[in-house]
Amino acid sequence: MRAMVYRGPYRMRVEEKPMPRIEHPNDAIVKVELAAICGSDLHLYHGMMPDTRVGTTFGHEFIGVVHEVGPSVQRLQPGDRVMVPFNVYCGSCFFCARGLYSNCHNVNPNATAVGGIYGYSHTTGGYDGGQAEYVRVPFADVGPSIIPDWMDDEDAVLLTDALATGYFGAQLADIVEGDVVVVFGAGPVGLYAAKSAWLMGAGRVIVIDHLEYRLEKARSFAHAETYNFMEYDDIVVHMKKITEHIGADVAIDAVGAEADGNFLQHVTSVKLKLQGGSPIALNWAIDSVRKGGTVSVMGAYGPMFSAVKFGDALNKGLTLRMNQCPVKRQWPRLFEHIQNGYLKPNDLVTHRIPLEHIAEAYHIFSAKLDDCIKPLILPNAS
Amino acid sequence: MAYTPDKPPLAESTDDLRARIPGWGADLDPKDRPAFPRERFDPDASGAHWTFPERQEPHEDRERSIEHKFVTPAFGTSVGLKGLSGALRRVAYRRYSEGRAAHWLILLAADRVDVLESNVGSFLSLHPDNPFTETGVVSELTHHGLSSRLNRKRADLSHQWIDPVIVSAPWVAGAAVAYSAAKRARALTSQGR
Repeated sequence: MRAMVYRGPYRMRVEEKPMPRIEHPNDAIVKVELAAICGSDLHLYHGMMPDTRVGTTFGHEFIGVVHEVGPSVQRLQPGDRVMVPFNVYCGSCFFCARGLYSNCHNVNPNATAVGGIYGYSHTTGGYDGGQAEYVRVPFADVGPSIIPDWMDDEDAVLLTDALATGYFGAQLADIVEGDVVVVFGAGPVGLYAAKSAWLMGAGRVIVIDHLEYRLEKARSFAHAETYNFMEYDDIVVHMKKITEHIGADVAIDAVGAEADGNFLQHVTSVKLKLQGGSPIALNWAIDSVRKGGTVSVMGAYGPMFSAVKFGDALNKGLTLRMNQCPVKRQWPRLFEHIQNGYLKPNDLVTHRIPLEHIAEAYHIFSAKLDDCIKPLILPNAS
Repeated sequence: MAYTPDKPPLAESTDDLRARIPGWGADLDPKDRPAFPRERFDPDASGAHWTFPERQEPHEDRERSIEHKFVTPAFGTSVGLKGLSGALRRVAYRRYSEGRAAHWLILLAADRVDVLESNVGSFLSLHPDNPFTETGVVSELTHHGLSSRLNRKRADLSHQWIDPVIVSAPWVAGAAVAYSAAKRARALTSQGR
């Protein structure tokens, strides 16, 4: 089968790989119909995530058709069209039994601090991802769901991570009616988080980024007030000025490990790999939120240490909330919101690129060319 | 403002927001939020029909964090351990917990060794690496590389010049080593004559 293969930082190609096979009785093999590149895939692409092995296939956002099932699979059969959450999880461990599917303890031998994720290095379990023609899906009775007939395929693939994560981020912020919410990062997760903040009753939603075309999308898609941090000497001071010097009630970090805005922080983390991630957006969130406020962290960071301003978080009495999103828990409510017309996920899709051009797709997304917000990958396009 | 008791009034009333934003307040009640409460003990909710899953085989030689009691019942088999990078990774897993910086630093070092091993190895195969096509940099020409940057206030422009250096440095270093070795071999050959 054809699959994207990592060859080293900033490099990848499409290769013939052996077909995935049933390795566990509850596995399924899924023929991928549509995949996406996630902002967090760029951390792998840039060589930031430890134990990213040459030969790995990335991709944790995908939908497809069940091709084969293992002997213990009861809920799926070949031919079913499924959407697959980015979490690999068993459904029965201490953490899964409490709904913490993203923190499963039975799927990742390489680390206890993180659960299993498709195509996201051996640090998250060593599973190949869905930027390929076929993919192995462990615990097929637990993770995948059949795609409802009414659902658009692009909406379905966006539900496997980006939309669910943005919505989850807004929930972790514990928004109450009238809250002032600031979202750092106008990528897909940040835009979905901003949109979701309104569903939870926010009174004002502010989005910060440095890419004007994404801020334009924040205004049109997420109805947000926007600021380009490049236009201000100090975005934290500006945040204080526009909130009567109180600060926002809630701040959401939807940027993560590759944040820009401070040359030294960015270079020491993204280029030199001396930090688990560049915590610029997180530090801005900590400093922009009001005392007693809440910071929700949806941006992904690596397992190494980062220079985070915990002193300010302590002194301000902040609540810091974070997790990888337990995707499937979000789906029933998100399905309702889509059906009611409150959310239209695929409004953020800007590029649809055949798998054979995967290297170009990553470069476009990474270098922010062509006003790219969300690229989809078509495994079977000619 | 911050120096007096009351919260500043919002620019828009609740009615205005409800009229302007589709779905405003639909999840106002935390009970309607699927992530609330964060932990909800309900072992039947996931669909798992086991309390401990069957085990994936073979697992005896699978590397694992020493913070785990055993190799987990399911695991990925994307790329096995091999070569010097594999030996380094094995040390990182056997020796250091996830709490130790040494664990991650060795894994990061192993990643660089892996790239070197794999790239050199590719030239002994029918499918050698092509550092140009594999970067996707051709999209600079097809997807508005210049106009995506020109006259735009982008913070990342200050460091994008480092990316080609990161990509090309191992190849330049490799070429320098190969050139130096060839030069030395030629000198030794001519001395022998």
